[in-house]
Amino acid sequence: MARYALLTDIHANREALEAVLRDLAGRRADRIAVLGDIVGYGADPAWCTDRVDELAAAGAIVLKGNHDAAVDRPDGAMNAVARAALDWTRPRLSAAQKAFLAALPLTACEADIQFVHASADHPQDWIYVTGERSAWPSFAASKARVILCGHVHVPAIYSCDMTNRVQSQRITTARPVPLIRSRRWLGVIGAVGQPRDGVPEAAYAILDTATNELTFHRVAYDRAAAAAKLRAAGLPESLALRLLNGS
Amino acid sequence: MRIRPHTGLQIDGFTLGECLHKGGFATIWDVTHPLHRTLLVMKVPTILDGYDAPTIVGFEAEQMIMPRLTGPHVPRVVAEGDFATMPYIVTERIPGDSFLRLFRSAPAPVDTVVSLAIRIAGALHELHKQHVIHLDLKPANLLMRDTGEVVFVDFGLARHDHLPDLLAEEFRIPMGTFPYIAPEQYLRIRDDLRSDIFAVGAMIYEYATGRQPFGEPQTLRGVRKRLWRDPVPPRAINPDLPPWLQEIILRALEVDPRDRFQSAAQMLFDLQHPAQVKLTARAEKAAADDFPTVFRRWWRMRKVKGFGPPPANAEAQMEKAPILLVAVDLSPEMEELAGHLLQSVKRIRIIQPDARVACVNVIKTARLGVDPTTDDKGVNLHVSRLVGLRAWASSLELSDEEVTFSILEGPDPAAEIIGYAVNNQVDHILMGARGSSSTRRFLGSVSSQVVAEAPCSVTVVRVPVYETPTLEEPQAAQAVGA
Repeated sequence: MARYALLTDIHANREALEAVLRDLAGRRADRIAVLGDIVGYGADPAWCTDRVDELAAAGAIVLKGNHDAAVDRPDGAMNAVARAALDWTRPRLSAAQKAFLAALPLTACEADIQFVHASADHPQDWIYVTGERSAWPSFAASKARVILCGHVHVPAIYSCDMTNRVQSQRITTARPVPLIRSRRWLGVIGAVGQPRDGVPEAAYAILDTATNELTFHRVAYDRAAAAAKLRAAGLPESLALRLLNGS
Repeated sequence: MRIRPHTGLQIDGFTLGECLHKGGFATIWDVTHPLHRTLLVMKVPTILDGYDAPTIVGFEAEQMIMPRLTGPHVPRVVAEGDFATMPYIVTERIPGDSFLRLFRSAPAPVDTVVSLAIRIAGALHELHKQHVIHLDLKPANLLMRDTGEVVFVDFGLARHDHLPDLLAEEFRIPMGTFPYIAPEQYLRIRDDLRSDIFAVGAMIYEYATGRQPFGEPQTLRGVRKRLWRDPVPPRAINPDLPPWLQEIILRALEVDPRDRFQSAAQMLFDLQHPAQVKLTARAEKAAADDFPTVFRRWWRMRKVKGFGPPPANAEAQMEKAPILLVAVDLSPEMEELAGHLLQSVKRIRIIQPDARVACVNVIKTARLGVDPTTDDKGVNLHVSRLVGLRAWASSLELSDEEVTFSILEGPDPAAEIIGYAVNNQVDHILMGARGSSSTRRFLGSVSSQVVAEAPCSVTVVRVPVYETPTLEEPQAAQAVGA
């Protein structure tokens, strides 16, 4: 029985990561799981990588995301803005930091829970889980009762009932969703460092395996400071606007 | 392999006793557990071979909602079973029968009907405050504790403001129990707490008359009729019923939820203040509407899809329609304070136009002995206070259904105000406080006691105090002037 803090898509946003970790300190969490995309887009890749490395040393589960993978091997499928941000990121990471990112696993399992960055069916293909249709392959491929992923930057939750029918379910921020055992569940955790659901606050979630509940949280952070750093670094303006609007 | 329940079965430490109830969707068993001393029951959904969607989803909804509910109006959940072996919910057992048996004695005497209606409406508001709309209220789903509290069971169709609604997309047919289902539920709207108020109206109607307001339709077509066909007025069946009770019942049974009570607390309030129920044409109605009226209604309703934008959720609906208690001190030296209080009420009414305003004045009586109920001049104190209260509120320009006036009496005014707030599920108390003098601080004031002990928000209004310059430092003042 444990309380997992689920963080994903930090995207080198130091201000957001610090705010989330501060918020976590006020809630009980036994274990942190970082579901990938530690770097990319943001202005603090080195600091964020070191911080996540510290979390890993303290026992956190840390997975690899597509941006982390693209530090090592450029990804042809990425859009121009993401590629530009990664080109900016690469020289700012030390060899040790790059080695840490390169060594991260794609997926992890604990008890009846599977953690993954993107879709659980082919984690290395970085498939987006954006609806009932794209959620189904994860349920089909995974044996876990609860699957947790990121990558989409928009929080969502899907249930899969005994007839394998997948349904998107409503979530209310800060209100626990009971993951009743007659169904399997797929939680898409919102982004710490670059939310895209219209809410600019940093997103994360807590899974409590004792009460069997998943709770989505939002935390306000100094996004003006994070956006100012992006601009000062000469990163694409669209990335700064994204932080400010959360879209 | 799934286990099926039977007497003597042992599962997760529970031992099944006799089967207490065998319904269409579930069986209820008397169970014991060595670690639990209270009486327990186990509800096991009857899952036929293969996938039985309505039973399973209803049971899943119960498993989500019931463990989150607290208080005397719901059975306390003790344990839940896994679907892989045998799905079940174990709760405390509420001794006694459901209201089904009680309702067989209908029509009941008027005061019995009213006292039961008060208990149901109060319990329902407590449930709504926990963000749950029941959506299947009927005599079979209501029980009563030995201590008198109404208990709701069967949350298989319920909806919780903050939880996934597993039933929302599940069924294309409306769900509920036909005699009690609200018109908007027939239209597949399941997020309006006023649907529960409709069901309570139907139950009170039945208990007061011995008949169900819409009969016992067997088909959806039969349910649909209530969109235009009004029930026979209860007084036409039971002439003993007072007009005010008919007013309350028929208001709860209005087709358009906007014409009903906007919260169970507002219904409770009317049930507890019969003399102040605003009587409309509903109270005097002697027969069901004639054919042309019903036909016109049918014409209007034949393509209706809903009734205005539904409330966002139970909480939003309750916040829109709060009960505001205003405790007014009418003594002459408090005139200015009463004026400030009036301004505050006006401001609140602007943001909460559906607020119900309960104006209260307290007559403080001696702790011991009997107080004369008339003052020195022989004028009934109650009447004069009531007149004063009405005069105070006149500029609020509230209609009779928006405001009530009550004179409370007791040795401890704060306790009277708090007691009134508890009994009427008041959401917000507004009251004045005299200036802060050292004696008041020492003795304690009515307002501070109310703030400390009230079960709801309290706003204390004060007349602003302007510091009068003291005369001790004339030189300093001169120095500044110079």
